Amino acid sequence: MSDGNQGGKLKVVGQRPIRPDGVDKVTGRAQFGADFHLPGMLAGRIKRSPHAHARIVKIDASAAASLPGVKAIVTSVDFDRGASGEVEAGEGHTAIREVAENCLASGKVLYVGHAVAAVAATHPEIAAEAIDLIEVTYEALPHVIDVEEAMAPGAPLLHADLFTKGVNPKPDKPSNIALKSVMGRGDVPGAFKSADVIVEGRYTTAAVHQGYIEPHACVASWGADGQSTVWCSSQGQFLVRALVAKILGMPLSDLKVIPAEIGGGFGGKTTVYLEPVALALSRKCGRPVKLVMSREEVFLASGPTSGSVMDVKIAATKDGKITGAEMMLAYQAGAFPGSPVHLGCMTAFACYDVENLALVGYDVVSNRPKVAAYRAPGAPMAAFAVESAIDELARKLGMDPIDLRLKNAVRDGAKTVYGATVKSAAFVETLEMVKASAHYKTPLAKGQARGVAAGFWFNIGGESSAAVHVDEDGGVTVVSSNPDIGGSRASMAMMAAETLGLPIERVRCIIGDTASIGYSGSTGGSRVTFATGMAVVQAAEKVVADLKRRAAETWGCDLAMVEWADGVAKCADPSKDAKPLSMKAIASRSAKTGGPIAAEVSINAQGAAAGYGVHLCDLEIDPETGRSTVIRYTAAQDVGRAIHPAYVEGQLQGGAAQGIGWALNEEYVYGKSGQLENASFLDYRMPVASDLPMIDTILVEARPNPRHPYGAKGVGEVPIVPPLAAVANAVSHIVGERMTSLPLSPAKVLAAMAKR
Amino acid sequence: MSGVDYLSPGTVADAVSALRAAGGSARLMAGGTDLLVQMRGGRAKPKVVIDLKGIPGLSGIRLEGGGFIVGAATPGAVLGEHEALKAAWPGVIEAANLIGSTQVQGRASLGGNLCNASPAADSVPALIAAGVVCLIEGPGGKRELPVEKVQTGPGKTALAVDEILVAFRFPAKAAQSSDAYLRMIPRTEMDIAVVGAGVSVSLDASGVCTAARVGIGAVAPTTLLVEAAGAALVGSEFDDAALAKLEAAVAAACRPISDKRGTAEYRTKVASVLARRAALIARDRASA
Ligand SMILES: Cc1cc2nc3c(=O)[nH]c(=O)nc-3n(C[C@H](O)[C@H](O)[C@H](O)COP(=O)(O)OP(=O)(O)OC[C@H]3O[C@@H](n4cnc5c(N)ncnc54)[C@H](O)[C@@H]3O)c2cc1C
Repeated sequence: MSDGNQGGKLKVVGQRPIRPDGVDKVTGRAQFGADFHLPGMLAGRIKRSPHAHARIVKIDASAAASLPGVKAIVTSVDFDRGASGEVEAGEGHTAIREVAENCLASGKVLYVGHAVAAVAATHPEIAAEAIDLIEVTYEALPHVIDVEEAMAPGAPLLHADLFTKGVNPKPDKPSNIALKSVMGRGDVPGAFKSADVIVEGRYTTAAVHQGYIEPHACVASWGADGQSTVWCSSQGQFLVRALVAKILGMPLSDLKVIPAEIGGGFGGKTTVYLEPVALALSRKCGRPVKLVMSREEVFLASGPTSGSVMDVKIAATKDGKITGAEMMLAYQAGAFPGSPVHLGCMTAFACYDVENLALVGYDVVSNRPKVAAYRAPGAPMAAFAVESAIDELARKLGMDPIDLRLKNAVRDGAKTVYGATVKSAAFVETLEMVKASAHYKTPLAKGQARGVAAGFWFNIGGESSAAVHVDEDGGVTVVSSNPDIGGSRASMAMMAAETLGLPIERVRCIIGDTASIGYSGSTGGSRVTFATGMAVVQAAEKVVADLKRRAAETWGCDLAMVEWADGVAKCADPSKDAKPLSMKAIASRSAKTGGPIAAEVSINAQGAAAGYGVHLCDLEIDPETGRSTVIRYTAAQDVGRAIHPAYVEGQLQGGAAQGIGWALNEEYVYGKSGQLENASFLDYRMPVASDLPMIDTILVEARPNPRHPYGAKGVGEVPIVPPLAAVANAVSHIVGERMTSLPLSPAKVLAAMAKR
Repeated sequence: MSGVDYLSPGTVADAVSALRAAGGSARLMAGGTDLLVQMRGGRAKPKVVIDLKGIPGLSGIRLEGGGFIVGAATPGAVLGEHEALKAAWPGVIEAANLIGSTQVQGRASLGGNLCNASPAADSVPALIAAGVVCLIEGPGGKRELPVEKVQTGPGKTALAVDEILVAFRFPAKAAQSSDAYLRMIPRTEMDIAVVGAGVSVSLDASGVCTAARVGIGAVAPTTLLVEAAGAALVGSEFDDAALAKLEAAVAAACRPISDKRGTAEYRTKVASVLARRAALIARDRASA
C-alpha cells in the first residue's frame, strides 16, 4: 500500500504537529540520565589519570576502602579480561576489549583523564574524598598529541601490539598508525598530466567535541540473582546492553537496559564510559550505583571526533570538468584505533563524478581521548579540504561555484569510489534550488563575502524493531526500539497515524527497554526514521490487516470487501447491511474477535538513500580584531520526504550551527605535558544562540526515497558536512588568502590579514 | 565529610568579626557567581561562607556629594535599571551588564567582580577609567583605595583577610564627560574577555579633551590604569596623532600571556584597537 510516492494523499506525514516530548522538556519533568533515583542508591566517582601516557605500577586503594561510607572500589581487574569481539555501534563497529580498556585502564593510561579506578560511597563527597585516597603509582612515559608527530618514526608508541592494518606484507614493527586505507580508480597520474588546471593544498582541522548538553549519566543495579538493570541515556539501549554484558561477562538476557530521555548525543553516545563501571561497583556491594560525569570529565574522557591533516590535489579541464583527484587523510583516533578516516576517504568526493581518484587514509593513535562518532563521522573534515579546493578551482577558472559543482555533480547511475551506484539522488536539484534562492541572488555589502560548499552522507538502514498496540479505546501506542535524539517519537507516531488513518493525537510513541521490544541497532547513521520507521509502518499495516479481518468476521462478509480508510472499516458489499466500524468499535470488542490487537515487526531495513547538502554562508570580519560574524546562512538538503518538516529543519539548523562552531572557534588546546587546557564550555567555545543568525533552510523533496513507505531519507548528518568549508570559503575571500587551518579563530584570521 | 557553615550577618561589624573568627578559612559571598562555581570545582574550599547581601548598605545605590555610593554587593541587574547612574556612567554600566547572562545579572556584583581579582573582570577597567574609589572596612576601621590599587595579582587583592569592600564611590560627573567600555570575545556572550578596555573623557566647550583615564583588562596579571594613554588624549580633539599615541601607550602597558584564550601578540594589538574605539565612543557620548 505504501510506495514512497504518495505525496498528494498524505494527511499526517508532512504536517507539523506539536512535538510529543516538548512539554516535559520545557517544564523540567523529562527524566534524563542523572534524574533517576533508587532507594539505597550509592554515589559513584571515577579516579582519572593525571598523565598523558604512563605505566600503572600499582594501585593502592586500602586507605580509600577503610573510609567510612565507602562500599565498593573497582579497577580493571573487575572486568572480564577475556572479553573480545565487536559490537555494532551506530556508524561502525567497536572492539569490546578497547571499550573496556577505555572504561578502566589496566596496564597503561593513555591520556589525561583516562579512568583507572572507581568508588561507590554513601555520599558524593565521601566518594570524592575516597578518590583522593586511592594511590596510583605511575611510571610516566613520553607522550605524543599531534597526528603527524605520532606518525613519525621514533614517536612514543601507545600500543606495542599495534601493527598497521592494510599494508602488505604486515609491518615488522609496531607503530601508531592503526590502519592504512587505500581506495581509488582510473589513471590519476594521467589525469594530472593532461590537466589544464591543478589546485592543491594542505588542510588541517582540530579535534572537536559533540558538545551534548547532558553529560553521561547512569544508574546500575545488580540483582542478588545476577539479573541486573541499567538506566542510562544513550543512543542505543541494545548497544549498551551488549557492551556492558560482555565487559562484565554476563549473558545478555540477565541485563535489562532502560533508556532515559537523552539530552543530545550527536554520535557521542554510541559507546559506554560509565555503565560497566557502575554495574561492576553495584555487583561488588549489592546496592544501586549512580555515576554522572562532570562537564570536565566529558571533555577529558568522552568523544571527541578526530582532528585531521589532509593533502588534496585536484585536476580539471579549463571548462571546469574535474578529471582526477588525489588525497591523503590522516585522522586522530585518540588513544585507541578507530578514527573515521575510512569514511572520510569514502565521502570526500562522493558529491562528484570523478573518473580518476586516489585516496589514502591513516588512522593514527595518540595520547588523546578515544574518538567517538560525531554526526557524519569523518565526512566534515574531508569535505572541508575538498570543498575548499573546489572553491579555489572556481576562482581560478572564474566560474560560479555552483555552476562548477553542477558540472561535476553525481547523478543517478554514477559509481562512487567505494563501489555503490548512485540512486534517487537530488544533488543536482539541491544545487539548482540554492542557485535560484533569494539568498544566492542577494548582492553582498562591502566587506562581506559568501561561501558555498556541498556535502554528502550515506545514511544507513539496518536492524530495527517496532510494535503497534491498539488500546481498548481505539487509540494506539507505538513502541520504538530507538532512543529519540532528533524527534523520532514524533515521526514514528506520524507514520503510524498515517498508515492507520488516525489523527496524530490518538497515537503515542514510547521507547521500549531491551526486554520489551525486539533488537535494534543504535540511533545513529540517520537511520531511525528510515529503518525503525519502516518497521513501524509494517507493524501498522499488520494491524490494519487484522482490523479488516475482524470487521469482515463481524459483518460476515468477504475480506476483500472491507475497506480501511480514515481509521474506519467500511463494507463494500451492498448486500450486507453493515454499519462502518471505527477503530474504537473494533478495539472495544476485541475479546470477541480474537483478543488484543497488536503487531510487532523486526526487520533488517534495506534501501537507505544517501543525502546531499549545499550551504551558503555570508560573513563579515572585523579587520582590526579578526572576529568573524555570520550574517546570513542557508542550508539546503536533499531530504527525500520530510516526515515532520519542522524537525527536519531543526536538524539542518543544528548541523549548520555545530559546523559553524567547528569552523570558527572550537578546538582542543593541549599544554606541554599533554594536559587538555580547555575542558569547559567557557574555554571550549561552542557557538551560543546569539552568535548565529537564523539559519534558513531549503528542504529539497524532489526525489523521495522509493524504498521507504513515505519516501524518507536520513537527514541528521548531512547538514554538518558542508559548513566547515562554507564558512572557510567566505573567510578566505575576505582575507584574500586560502585559509586552510581550522578553527578560524580571531587571532589566526587577524594574523593572516596582517600579512597582506 | 566536611560541611560548610553559612553565615548571614546583619552588619559590617558582625561580618568583620566573623571573618576574624574564621581566621582565613572564610570566604565572603556577594552574588556567589564566582565563589560557588569555584567551590563546586574544588578550587575554593572555605569552611565558612559569609553572605554579604543581608547587610544594609552593601546593596543599593545612593546619591552623595553629586556622585553615587554603590553598595559592593548590588547585583548587575539593579545597576542597569538605575537611570541616573546609567546616564552618568554608561561605560561602567555597560561593562557590568556584560557579565554573564540574565540569570547571572540577577546576582553578580561589582564588588565580587573586583575582589575575585581576575585580570579579565569586565567591570574593572571601566571602574578604573571612571576614577571610582573603594570604601573598605576592617577591624581597624575604614579606609579608601582607588579601584586600580585593589587587584595585586591573579586572585589576589590588597584587602586584608578581615577587610570587607563595603561600597564604591563614583565621583560627581563633570559636564561634557562620559565613558565607554568594550571587550573582545570570540563569541557574543557567555565568554571571558580576551581583552577589555574602558575609557572616560571630559571635554571643554570646544570639544578639546581636558581629562581622560584609560583602564585595560586581560593584558597583564591585573587590570591596569594606563596613565600615559589618558595623557595622550588630553589637549587633543581625538585626532589621528593623539589616537596613535593612545594606542602606543596602551600597547606599551600590555604584559599579556599567551594562553588558550588568546596570544600575547593578539591581545596587545586588540587592546590598542579597543581603547581607541572606546575613547571615540566616550567622546561622542560626552559631546552628545
Ligand atoms: C555563567 C557565568 C558567566 C560569567 N560571565 C562573566 C563575564 O562576562 N565577565 C566577567 O567579568 N565575569 C563573568 N563571570 C564571573 C562573575 O559572574 C563576576 O566576576 C561577578 O561580578 C562576580 O560577582 P559576585 O557578586 O557573584 O561575586 P562572588 O562570587 O560572591 O565573589 C567573588 C569573590 O569576591 C569576594 N568578594 C565578594 N564580595 C566582596 C566584598 N564586598 N568584599 C571583599 N570580597 C568580596 C568573594 O569572597 C569571592 O572571592 C561569569 C560567571 C558565570 C558563572
